[in-house]
Amino acid sequence: MASIPAHEGFDAHHDHAHEHDHKPAFFQRWFMSTNHKDIGTLYLIFAIIAGIIGGGVSGIMRAELAHPGIQYLGWWTHFLGGNDQDFNATLHLWNVLITAHGLIMVFFMVMPALIGGFGNWFVPLMIGAPDMAFPRMNNISFWLTVSGFCSLMISAFMPGGTGMGAGTGWTVYAPLSTSGSVGPAVDFAIFSLHLAGAGSILGAINFITTIFNMRAPGMTLHKMPLFVWSMLVTAFLLLLSLPVLAAAITMLLTDRNFGTTFFNPAGGGDPVLYQHLFWFFGHPEVYIMILPGFGIISQIISTFSKKPVFGYLGMAYAMVAIGAVGFIVWAHHMYTTGLDVNTKMYFTAATMVIAVPTGIKIFSWIATMWGGSLEFKSPLVWAIGFIFLFTVGGVTGVVLANGGIDDNLQDTYYVVAHFHYVLSLGAVTSLFAGFYYWFPKMSGRMHSELLSHLHFWVFFIGVNLIFFPMHFLGVQGMPRRYPDYAPAFEYWNTIASYGYTVMAASMVIFFINIAYSLVAGKKAAGNYWGEGATTLEWTLSSPPPFHQFETLPVIEDAHAH
Amino acid sequence: MALVLDAGNRRNRKVAAMATFGALAMLGLGFASVPLYRMFCQATGFGGTTMRATEAQAAAIKQSARPITIRFDGNVTKGLPWEFRPEQVTQDGHIGERKMAFFIAKNTSNRPIVGRAIFNVTPEQTGAYFHKIQCFCFNEQRLEPGEQVRMPVIYYVDPEILNDPNAKDVTEITLSYTFMEAADGGTGSTTSAPKN
Repeated sequence: MASIPAHEGFDAHHDHAHEHDHKPAFFQRWFMSTNHKDIGTLYLIFAIIAGIIGGGVSGIMRAELAHPGIQYLGWWTHFLGGNDQDFNATLHLWNVLITAHGLIMVFFMVMPALIGGFGNWFVPLMIGAPDMAFPRMNNISFWLTVSGFCSLMISAFMPGGTGMGAGTGWTVYAPLSTSGSVGPAVDFAIFSLHLAGAGSILGAINFITTIFNMRAPGMTLHKMPLFVWSMLVTAFLLLLSLPVLAAAITMLLTDRNFGTTFFNPAGGGDPVLYQHLFWFFGHPEVYIMILPGFGIISQIISTFSKKPVFGYLGMAYAMVAIGAVGFIVWAHHMYTTGLDVNTKMYFTAATMVIAVPTGIKIFSWIATMWGGSLEFKSPLVWAIGFIFLFTVGGVTGVVLANGGIDDNLQDTYYVVAHFHYVLSLGAVTSLFAGFYYWFPKMSGRMHSELLSHLHFWVFFIGVNLIFFPMHFLGVQGMPRRYPDYAPAFEYWNTIASYGYTVMAASMVIFFINIAYSLVAGKKAAGNYWGEGATTLEWTLSSPPPFHQFETLPVIEDAHAH
Repeated sequence: MALVLDAGNRRNRKVAAMATFGALAMLGLGFASVPLYRMFCQATGFGGTTMRATEAQAAAIKQSARPITIRFDGNVTKGLPWEFRPEQVTQDGHIGERKMAFFIAKNTSNRPIVGRAIFNVTPEQTGAYFHKIQCFCFNEQRLEPGEQVRMPVIYYVDPEILNDPNAKDVTEITLSYTFMEAADGGTGSTTSAPKN
């Protein structure tokens, strides 16, 4: 990887005087923004708001699941304006909650934060570009995402068949989402996916163009920071998988409203085809959520080990391999739909192959830290936490990859535990790692390291308390997506719900930390992490000037030193 | 500076156009998957999709000594006011033997209804070897109020099944039909009278 000497050559003070401090007025700056840093900030704020809502929904679910029986759903049905006298409407609310939690966390929290937020902020900075290739399209992407979120929120207050809201699960399987959900709620939810998907596709085109065309002189593809590599692979996954989802949900819409029968056997269609299409998108989607996290972790481990990442090329091409193989493993989500033995064998083998490039990444991170001059600042602690949690989720993933074992574990809490370990613990941990790594760069104010460490430990204990017991529940056979369960499952469910309160407490620490840094944080220097931080964003002031790299930085060959 | 920017813009537009093309191609593939999936199932017997044979193909099949039992199942979707059942529960025969089975359907409502039968066989890996020469499921069926019909299926099990390691041990195949009200109200090809 390129090593860039820290100098002040690209600092705002050396820019032309007329560029300095030339910021548009408030409305124009934040509502009509074409600046990649401002749009990144908007994405991050949006993701935090969506995360509070999506996390709040999971709080309602954990409260309900703390004990067997239906405790709180009736009250919430009434509170949200539904008919709480109708027990089916109350149970329908549960389906609405799991649907909302999944869609919000995937499309409106993790993706906007990692791709729209950190991607927008740091891809141009790290490749030495003045902005994204299409700044106005960048703005459209953001507001499409916001519109999608609004559409999803509206759907919660529309009739969805059995009760208010779309209760289809985030997968929106037919026939539940077609003949099983009468009323406009599911249409609004599908439309929300259209909007968010269109925003993401435009964003992906923007990233691909930016990364291919706007790298600073001397920065070849093989000298790009790994975070930029991760965004490049992610953008390709978005570009190639989201249109397939768009096609599938468009067919759902026409099945629902215009009498087509793409997924209706009565007209010659097949509901299983929807599952194939959904997971052809859905599996790359899970890599879309984790690859940018891989990139962030690589930057952090390298910075705080004060050495370049071990096996840089292997790390970059491991992500390419994960992305490519991710397109040909989708049916491991469908082992119980009647696949024959040979098909299952193929999908089992292909799925397990992904463990190889993923293992390369895990071992390369450890090898980077090995013998490094480690400095346990908060981002590194979060990054090490990520490696641990993601590995746990990865191992259960290899278990679930087996077609034979999955027949038994399909739709149990074991699966819930698995994907929360890689996403809610993996991707979200990488988000917080990146947040503490870059927050002072973005805001110009240092956070409190003490609170960041405290946040980590409380969060780490909390999420493990929530999700580790779910492995036991799943192996014991507790099915997912039910608001009630047999009393035998109560013990671990109660513990998981306690874990939620611990995790929620860690979020309080997080927000106190943000408030503290914005109000009383020390001013951040240009490169506050010191000699280990070698990428281009550290050559700029904190926060960077409104327009950076008016004079393009030149990247020297690391081997020339 | 302006010239440099123009060159940059052109390059950007080129990459963006290629990326857009890629996205549109995947969108097209998404819609194309509907006929592709149907062709895939029909060609491979995926999901227990049965095969269709012509008289000529059926005549060329040699009967094997291996016995096989065919079990029949007939049902209707919720809301279709028909009675529908197989006339015989099972039929014993041999692999490669040409057999005929009957199903009985009755419209219990007071309006004419066009029904469409969907079908598959289990175990699903036998779909590729289960051949129908004639079937009421090849067409939509229109039943007048109160009308009852007796509908034939002529089928055989391809002896090739004995060469498939995944299917050769099967001694019983279940052929299942589900009648649904044709979603488009039944245009196209309908036959109302059973042909036998």
